Amino acid sequence: MTAHLSRRTLLGLVGAGAGAYLLSACSDDESGDPDGPQTINWWHIQNTEPMLPVWAAMAQEYQGAHSNVTVKIQPLENEAFKAKLTTATQAGDPPDLFQSWGGGVLRQQVDAGLVKDLTDDVRPWIGGLLPAALQPFTIDERIYGVPFDVGMVGFWYNKDLFARAGITAMPTSWAGVLDVVRKLKAAGIVPIALAGKDKWPGHFYWAYLAMRIGGLGALQQAAKDKNFDTPDFVAAGERLKELVDLQPFQKGFLGAEYGSPDGQAATIGNGGAAMELMGQWAPSVQASSSTSKKGLGDKLGFFPFPAVDGGKGSAAEVFGGGNGFAVGKDAPAATVDFLKSLLTADSQRRAAKTGAVLPTVKEAAPAISDPNSKIVAENLANATGFQLYLDQAYPPAVGQQVNDSVAELIAGNKSPAQVVKDVTQVAKSQ
Amino acid sequence: MTSSSAVSGALRGGPATDPPAPGPGTARRRDRRPRPGRRGTLAAFLTPSLVLFLLLVVAPIAVASYASLYKWNGFGLPENFVGLDNYTRAFADPTFRGDLWRGLVLIVLSLVVQLPIALALAMLLNQPLKGRSVYRLIFFAPYVLSEVTTAVLFTLVFSPNRGLGDTISRWLGADAGAVFGDPDTVLFAVFLVVSWKYFGLYMILFLAARQSIPKELSEAAVTDGASAWQAFRHVTLPLLGPTIRISVFLSVIGTIQLFDMVWVLTGGGPIHASETMAVTMYQYGFRRFEVGYASAISIVMFVLSLVFALFYQRVVMRRDTEGALTNQGDQR
Repeated sequence: MTAHLSRRTLLGLVGAGAGAYLLSACSDDESGDPDGPQTINWWHIQNTEPMLPVWAAMAQEYQGAHSNVTVKIQPLENEAFKAKLTTATQAGDPPDLFQSWGGGVLRQQVDAGLVKDLTDDVRPWIGGLLPAALQPFTIDERIYGVPFDVGMVGFWYNKDLFARAGITAMPTSWAGVLDVVRKLKAAGIVPIALAGKDKWPGHFYWAYLAMRIGGLGALQQAAKDKNFDTPDFVAAGERLKELVDLQPFQKGFLGAEYGSPDGQAATIGNGGAAMELMGQWAPSVQASSSTSKKGLGDKLGFFPFPAVDGGKGSAAEVFGGGNGFAVGKDAPAATVDFLKSLLTADSQRRAAKTGAVLPTVKEAAPAISDPNSKIVAENLANATGFQLYLDQAYPPAVGQQVNDSVAELIAGNKSPAQVVKDVTQVAKSQ
Repeated sequence: MTSSSAVSGALRGGPATDPPAPGPGTARRRDRRPRPGRRGTLAAFLTPSLVLFLLLVVAPIAVASYASLYKWNGFGLPENFVGLDNYTRAFADPTFRGDLWRGLVLIVLSLVVQLPIALALAMLLNQPLKGRSVYRLIFFAPYVLSEVTTAVLFTLVFSPNRGLGDTISRWLGADAGAVFGDPDTVLFAVFLVVSWKYFGLYMILFLAARQSIPKELSEAAVTDGASAWQAFRHVTLPLLGPTIRISVFLSVIGTIQLFDMVWVLTGGGPIHASETMAVTMYQYGFRRFEVGYASAISIVMFVLSLVFALFYQRVVMRRDTEGALTNQGDQR
């Protein structure tokens, strides 16, 4: 058995940080004169249609209006972006403008002094954005990033399969969800598609349950106290275990990915399972990974994660996140102005029209055309509270531990009590 | 250790035949010190590779061992010195201990399954078979693919409900569609894919070695009344020794560092059931930003590989590498 991860590659990975740190001293610093020639290095993750050409066109227009500015765009695939940004930030040399989800990762970058405090620069126009969208990018009351997209996680379901199982009303409680699952199983339908290999889709269940049982405050308090070992979090695990015990997931779900040709999204898109708990991007990924490339179309429906009986949280509190941009510490002067141009109501309308972006600028909301996106946007606009994905909100080690431990709970390998103990242990070690 | 040196080793074949020993006094020990004029040439040729070696091998090892003594998230410079805490943590971590166990399982599996199959195929394809060069080509072909390509390919083959493997296994009344999703089978599934990719390499190595054994030897054995098995066991197999030893070496080192294939096939899951040391290291270094701890894991991998390599080359491969590595010069 031979594999070619040589010692050199391996240690190179670790050493890359240190090496690049030295090299970064050589990079040019152009943050002087705002009217002088400058180059903005922009990393985004909309590396496919429909947003790829939209960003490119916006950059082109900005360059046309500002002859001294060159925008160098580097579109990257999500995972590739994370790996590349990690090496760049660890080397102390972040790009000028780059994708961010806010939360714990952004906080680490802020603590390391890698990103610019934008609070004063954006004050004149930031009021036009949805406050919920801005929350993940606000750290200690300062703004370190600007969101261009915001959404939430909820249940996406196949109307035909629900009808075939005789389900007419959407569940309004967790017990109702379990009932729906039982009915679907009785009708010979796979109730839920889940990407076990990717882990993060599984954490949505645990996080939403914890939010409904303990309330929004419980999630924030736990992070502050570094203690998840509370009855509410254990109860969340127990409710999830009730679901897992019904064996609601598709065959081989522990090895399934989210976006692969036989993954979670494709299973829904091909009608192979009745529902999934997923974010606002679900319809477009279902469509692109389904065999027909069209997904379920108008057979797809959405209902928010219901309340849990006796829980402190309400069904009007949403769990989700969005995409935004942060500005690197050495970014040239024009970067913030360019960022502003990406977030005008007009730019946001153009982005919203693609159907791939739910705009954060309130004025652009009417440009949402897709009916499912409209429902999500309505739920968001009426939300009474907002919680960012736990694997983004918490420090990376804690977030990953949540994903890992919940995955083990779903695999039947860990008890609800062990999950909170493991997460607490990692949180305390941070 | 590259496969090309392994091939040349294999092509050398046979036992290390000693050069005729110099008679006493006929050849004095050659003066190994270069003449002054050659020093410049030596420096000119050595410097580029030495610089690269220092920069890409020695420096990262030094940086990683340094970082492994700190609790460090990778941002800025490491400041929080924790001594050997990262190492004690690794050896107490069930996942990392599991990595060591799974590594051992994979090593044993490749030594007792993969290499013997490769050897058997090599012996078979050494026979005058019709179209044997076609077979050789087919068996060697998987080795040409990259690990990632191979892994993606097998993800599709074993894709539940739609994959080729799933369909065929259902005809046979089995269910192979979930092998990567079941903690009990995933490690063996990974082993199967790794073997599929690498058995061709070992087959070619063994074949090359087999062909360099003079026919006369086995003919002589047969003339003396040895059965085919006896001729193989007592003549061919010992003469294949150097190639077998280098194959075992490559196999073990490769398994210790196994990453790409596992990462793409399973990501180490489900529930760590196929995780290797390199995958754990990546998880901590690039997902959790615990670079100090990840460095400690990488150093453990390095030390394991180094200790094994040194031990193996000094003890097991002593005869094969004599002169090349042991630097005994002309003094035998």
